[in-house]
Amino acid sequence: MNNPQLDTDGQLRHLLSIEGLPKKILNQILDTAESFVGVAEREVKKVPLLRGKTVCNLFFENSTRTRTTFEIAAKRLSADVISLNVSTSSQSKGETILDTVDNLIAMHADMFVVRHAQSGAAHLIAKHVPPHIHVINAGDGRHSHPTQGLLDVFTIRKYKPELHNLRVAIVGDVLHSRVARSEIHALTTLGVPEVRVIAPKTLLPAQVEKLGVHVYHDMDEGLKDVDVIMMLRLQNERMNGAMLPSSEEYFKTYGLTPERLALAKPDAIVMHPGPMNRGVEIDSTVADGKQSVILPQVTYGIAIRMAVMAILGGGTGVAL
Amino acid sequence: MTDANHTLDPSQLPDAEALLLILAGKLKPLLKANTALVGIHSGGVWLMQRLLVLLADQIKLHQIEHGTLDVSFYRDDYAQRGLKAENRPSQIAFDVENKHIILIDDVFYTGRTTRAAMNELFDYGRPASISLIALINRGGRELPIAPQIVAAELSLAASQHLQLTQLADGSLALELTPQHNSARP
Repeated sequence: MNNPQLDTDGQLRHLLSIEGLPKKILNQILDTAESFVGVAEREVKKVPLLRGKTVCNLFFENSTRTRTTFEIAAKRLSADVISLNVSTSSQSKGETILDTVDNLIAMHADMFVVRHAQSGAAHLIAKHVPPHIHVINAGDGRHSHPTQGLLDVFTIRKYKPELHNLRVAIVGDVLHSRVARSEIHALTTLGVPEVRVIAPKTLLPAQVEKLGVHVYHDMDEGLKDVDVIMMLRLQNERMNGAMLPSSEEYFKTYGLTPERLALAKPDAIVMHPGPMNRGVEIDSTVADGKQSVILPQVTYGIAIRMAVMAILGGGTGVAL
Repeated sequence: MTDANHTLDPSQLPDAEALLLILAGKLKPLLKANTALVGIHSGGVWLMQRLLVLLADQIKLHQIEHGTLDVSFYRDDYAQRGLKAENRPSQIAFDVENKHIILIDDVFYTGRTTRAAMNELFDYGRPASISLIALINRGGRELPIAPQIVAAELSLAASQHLQLTQLADGSLALELTPQHNSARP
C-alpha cells in the first residue's frame, strides 16, 4: 500500500496522520523530542539544523496556540518562518489552495505546516508538492492532528513511562475531535493496553469501538482506576445541531470535577489540548490542580514539533 | 605529516583498556580548579565514566563537574544524511561560562565532531578554554582542530572505520570495520 507519509526506505517524508505510521517512527519522533526538551533550557535556545530553510505556516483556519508553537519550534531550529493566515488572504480573493502552495514554492519554501477546516487538505498538498518539500498536518477538519497526538503521548510518557501498563480515558466530544482520533491511534500503536472513551452517544462517532477503545457513557464508571485523563474541548463552533441540552448540563454529566477526579488513581494526570472551556468540560480547581499537566503539554508541544521538523528537514530522512 | 594511510589489520589494534590507563595518566595534570569534563556520545561518555572513577581523588579535590554532549543537532552532514535515528539529550548541568572545558572523544578522525561539539558548547555559555582529549588519533583530520592529549596515534586507511565499543561487563574495546558509505565526521 502506498503511504504518502513514508518514502521508499520507510522514512518519514510528510506527517499527515498518526494512523498508518509504524511504532518505530513514533518512537523515533518521541525520542528525538526528548533531546529537544533540553534546548529550551539553555542560554541559546536554538540549534542550527534548519538554518537557511524556510518553513511556511499555512493556516486556513485560526489556531493561535498551534501556530505559535510551530513558529517557535521552527525558529528554535534556526529556520526562517512565514506565517500566513490564509483565511484573510488570497483565498478570500478566490485563489485555490494549490495555487497558493505553488506560489509559496516559487518563493522557495521548504516545508509547509498546514491547518485547514477540511479533512484531507494537508494530504492534498503533500501529493502535489515536489519531493524535496515536506508537509506537516497541523489539524485537518475532524480527521487528524498528529503533532497534538504525539505531544500528548510524549507528555504521558514523561509522567508515566510504562505505557504498556496504563489505563487512559479520553473524555468529551470525540465526534468532532481530530485530537481524539490522533490520540487513540498513537496510544494503541505504542501499546497502551486500555484506552477508554467517555462521552454521550451524540458526541461519539459511529462504530468508535473499531478503533480499539472501550466506550463508556457514564463518566464515574469510566474514570475508575485510570492513570491518565485526557479531556477534550467541547467544540461549540463545530456543532451543527442540538447535540447537547446546554453546556451547564454537559458540565453536570461530563465535566471533570475534583470529586470525579478522585475516582481515578490517586496519581492520575489530567490533560487538555486547549483551549479550555473552564466550567464546561473541566473545573478550574482541576485545571489548576497539582495533577494537571496541561501547561507542560504546551511546552512539550514545542519539542515534538521541533523533532518532526528536524526529522523531515534533513537529508533523505534518517541516516544510519 | 603522517605517513601515507595504510590498512591496519584488526590484530594490530591496541587494547582499549590499556589505552584508557595511559589517557588517565596524561589527563591527571590537567585537572585543576574550575575545570569540567564533557564526554561526547557515545564513546566519549563511556570513557568519561571510566575516567571519573580512575581519577576520583583529583576530581573530588578540585570539585570537577561533568556533562555529556550529543552533537546530532550540530553535525555538518545533516543536510546530506539527516538526523541520526538515535540521539540522546545533551546534559550540561553546570555553568559553562568561564570554565576550562575538557572535551572527551573516543576516536579523533576528521575533527568535524569536535567542531560540532564546540559550537554546541558555546550555546551554553562562553567557556574560558576548550581542550580535547581522545583515546586514539586515527589520522585524517579535515579541519584545523587537533586533540591536546591522545593515548595512541594510528594511521588508518579511509576505508577503515574505527570505533570504541562497550562490552557487556562495562569494559571497553576497539573495533575495526569497513567504512560506511561516507566518512563519519
